[in-house]
Amino acid sequence: MKIIILGAGQVGGTLAENLANERNDITVIDTDPERLRELGDRLDIGTVRGMGCYPAVLKEAGAEDADMLIAVTNSDEVNMIACQVAYSLFRTPSKIARIRTAHYTSRSDKLFNENALPIDVIISPEQVVTDYIKRLIEHPGALQVVNFAGGRVQLVAVRAYYGGPLVGNELRELRKHMPNVDTRVAAIFRRGRPIIPEGNTVIEADDEVFFIAAKNDIRAVMSELRRLEHNYKRILIAGGGNIGYRLGKSIQHRYNVKILERSPGRAEWLGEKLHQTVVLQGLATDRDELLKANIENTDVFCALTNDDEANIMASLLAKRLGARKVMTLISNPAYVDLVQGHDIDIAISPQQSTIGSLLSHVRRGDVVNVYSLRRGAAEAIEAIAHGDSKSSKVVGRAIEDIDLPEGTTIGAIVRGEKVLIAHDDVVIEPDDHVILFLIDKRRTRDVEKLFQVGFTFF
Amino acid sequence: MHFALISKILGLLLVVFSFTMMPPVAVSYWYQEGSEGPFLVSFVITLLLGLALWLPFFKHKEELQTRDGFLVVTLFWSVLGLIGALPLYISNDVPVGFTDAVFESISGLTTTGATILSGIDFLPKSILFYRQQLQWLGGMGVVVLAVAILPMLGIGGMQLYKAEIPGPMKDAKLTPRIAETAKALWFLYLFITTACALLYWAAGMTLFDAICHSFSTVATGGFSTHDASMAYWDNPWIDWTATAFILIGGVNFALHFAVWRGKSLLAYFRDPEFRFFISLFLIYTAIITAGLLFFHYDFSVDDALRHSAFQVASFSTGTGLTSTNAASFPGFIPYLLVFTSFIGGCAGSTGGGMKAVRAALVFHHSIRELRRLIYPNGVFALRFGRQSIPDRVLQAVWGFVGVYITISVIFTLLFTMTGMDLTTAVSAVAASLNNLGVGIGQVGGGFANITDSAKWMMVVLMVAGRLEVFTLLVLFTPMFWRQ
Repeated sequence: MKIIILGAGQVGGTLAENLANERNDITVIDTDPERLRELGDRLDIGTVRGMGCYPAVLKEAGAEDADMLIAVTNSDEVNMIACQVAYSLFRTPSKIARIRTAHYTSRSDKLFNENALPIDVIISPEQVVTDYIKRLIEHPGALQVVNFAGGRVQLVAVRAYYGGPLVGNELRELRKHMPNVDTRVAAIFRRGRPIIPEGNTVIEADDEVFFIAAKNDIRAVMSELRRLEHNYKRILIAGGGNIGYRLGKSIQHRYNVKILERSPGRAEWLGEKLHQTVVLQGLATDRDELLKANIENTDVFCALTNDDEANIMASLLAKRLGARKVMTLISNPAYVDLVQGHDIDIAISPQQSTIGSLLSHVRRGDVVNVYSLRRGAAEAIEAIAHGDSKSSKVVGRAIEDIDLPEGTTIGAIVRGEKVLIAHDDVVIEPDDHVILFLIDKRRTRDVEKLFQVGFTFF
Repeated sequence: MHFALISKILGLLLVVFSFTMMPPVAVSYWYQEGSEGPFLVSFVITLLLGLALWLPFFKHKEELQTRDGFLVVTLFWSVLGLIGALPLYISNDVPVGFTDAVFESISGLTTTGATILSGIDFLPKSILFYRQQLQWLGGMGVVVLAVAILPMLGIGGMQLYKAEIPGPMKDAKLTPRIAETAKALWFLYLFITTACALLYWAAGMTLFDAICHSFSTVATGGFSTHDASMAYWDNPWIDWTATAFILIGGVNFALHFAVWRGKSLLAYFRDPEFRFFISLFLIYTAIITAGLLFFHYDFSVDDALRHSAFQVASFSTGTGLTSTNAASFPGFIPYLLVFTSFIGGCAGSTGGGMKAVRAALVFHHSIRELRRLIYPNGVFALRFGRQSIPDRVLQAVWGFVGVYITISVIFTLLFTMTGMDLTTAVSAVAASLNNLGVGIGQVGGGFANITDSAKWMMVVLMVAGRLEVFTLLVLFTPMFWRQ
């Protein structure tokens, strides 16, 4: 696939890296030659220097035969115009743009269509990250929660602890413990190494377990793996930027939320906007400020400023001062490995959470959702099975008969409103949403092939 | 340094290139010469050597770094040069020793075209074909070919490509993916070579000669299947065809690609380097034609124009085919011809020398310095065509030119120590470093009579010239080897 990416920033760069490794023709446009050179040295991609929305620049980047334009520059306006130019002059089939401000996104149905601004998919990284954190707060104890089929099915990562009833037992015991709850363990990571779970696999303490279940059953399954945590009540957010504000706004009516913001002006603005939230003005890395914010009784401390180092330091401090859980926004992937799992409970990488929402549009086959897991090494995919038993490699077959690539498991199937947890004898029907877990991202291509319909279908 | 990885890639490349010993075997069977033995032996040796380097690290997975790229490319050219000498060394039809065999092989692979052989007309066809084929493979670059056909080189392919492709702006890719770029380059190269062979055939060569000479023409090589080179035919059609295709080979292939994709010849004339290159060609041709007529050399006006155009194209791109004995031209003409080779062809072409774009940039930069003398506070952007050139590129160009000239001077002195006179020494430097391949003075008739030490120095210069000095020179800096 020929893809043009506008903007060589964090999102653009991570995206280029992910897509170039999947054998696409990638051209990145940016105005900064240094950033382009750095990317071009590291990746097998083309680079064009210039303003991404100018027709000549787009043409130089090969817009005439590009399949997709992904506009992720810092400017909403440049992104929008670039999509318009690509549509009007080059008839680019798919156009994806990052639009941050809610002033545009709140009117997206009227604004973004063929007659106005022709953008096929709007992505808003801040919103994606906010939703991601929100799900984590709603599921105490989970390391990661992702939604499939509109939230009917969820994939949850948890760390197993001593005291969980299932820990030290074989997986097949799960059925006996909970006859009414259906779930499937998709993968287990033990000391960073993946294990494909079988019925006789024994779960050990400190394993990272990925399981799939219907939304309502998540809590029950988690209780098998660890002592269940109480629901969170008191949340302290450090940093009232875009993400902090959005998060505060979306959870303030259900939780007791405080926001700590450094800039007085911004703090005042937040105070005006968020009526149910306590807005404090001060530094999150200041011990006294944290104590004043009642840190020792805080359930979750979220460090969401745009400064990695400040986030990490504030989180370490908060943990030391008695916060029960700390979640930290970390852009630099090198830091994530350093700190996650020690004093910081959950490190959130904005690029990794955003990348998934983009990847689903790039994938061949009818792929609805892609989530990048474990810092991009593993992947969860929701794909729709099309065709019939002749043209498709999956439809009409029982799960045990499907020739799955190595390291891939089918976790669940969503048929209409029904959620079927994948057991060996479940037969896949046309239009089923199949949820797969890939231990190794490099197998994505094989999974795509599996879900592509043979030519006889047409 | 990732030696395991380097060994793996080197081995893989050798395995692939062992199969280039097969076409000469086919030629030998076709003409029933019974001369395939040396090629089969060389094939087996190359294949085994390649496997020995490749198989132990078969499963090794790492990404090639920029540094490794230099080492792989230099090693590959040297090893392939040595291995390429095997068939010549083994064969009983070619009475050469080890030094001469290596000289001939490297001279072929680097598209130099300097030869130590005489009586070429009587050699077996398979050997003749093999020499031409070496040039053709070296023309567009053996590593670029490998990148095109071996997708597993992946991102490392770009490091190799950068270390081999000539010119100051190495980041310019034709397509986003390096393998596609390499494929496009080789496809164009093949297409142009085919066209050249057909035209030669139509102009009166035998099919064998047409194919052989199309190889050395488009690769701007210089080997011929006849001692007299192109003068063997003395046919205006053949000479003009050769002139045209030498120039085509001397132009940036990225530009050919742009023309081919944009379906418009205008792209040529919009390119500043092409304009510079062609202007120089026209000026030189005019001077030399005038010179030949002024000295009343025994040519008609037509012939004077034909031969001067041919010789200028041949010398200025570092080809070295000859349509007449240029070394015996009167007066200043042979010296001028030798010096044209220092500027050489365009960046990204098969030509040798410092490349037209560097000369043009140095020229423009000098003009800017002159303007600065007049307006000390003036701000003069250095524009090349429609692009303004970043200082980083300019510094690299000056650095390159400085090193190139220094090396030329040092080796001129070294050559005089082996007993050459100054004219011969300068011409030997031009012949090897610029990949020109023909000499004047004592080496006007070939390089068979120079000393062995001079031959080895030329071998080093030929590889240095083909890899644009820096790729080779960087290996001799201590910083390169420091972990």
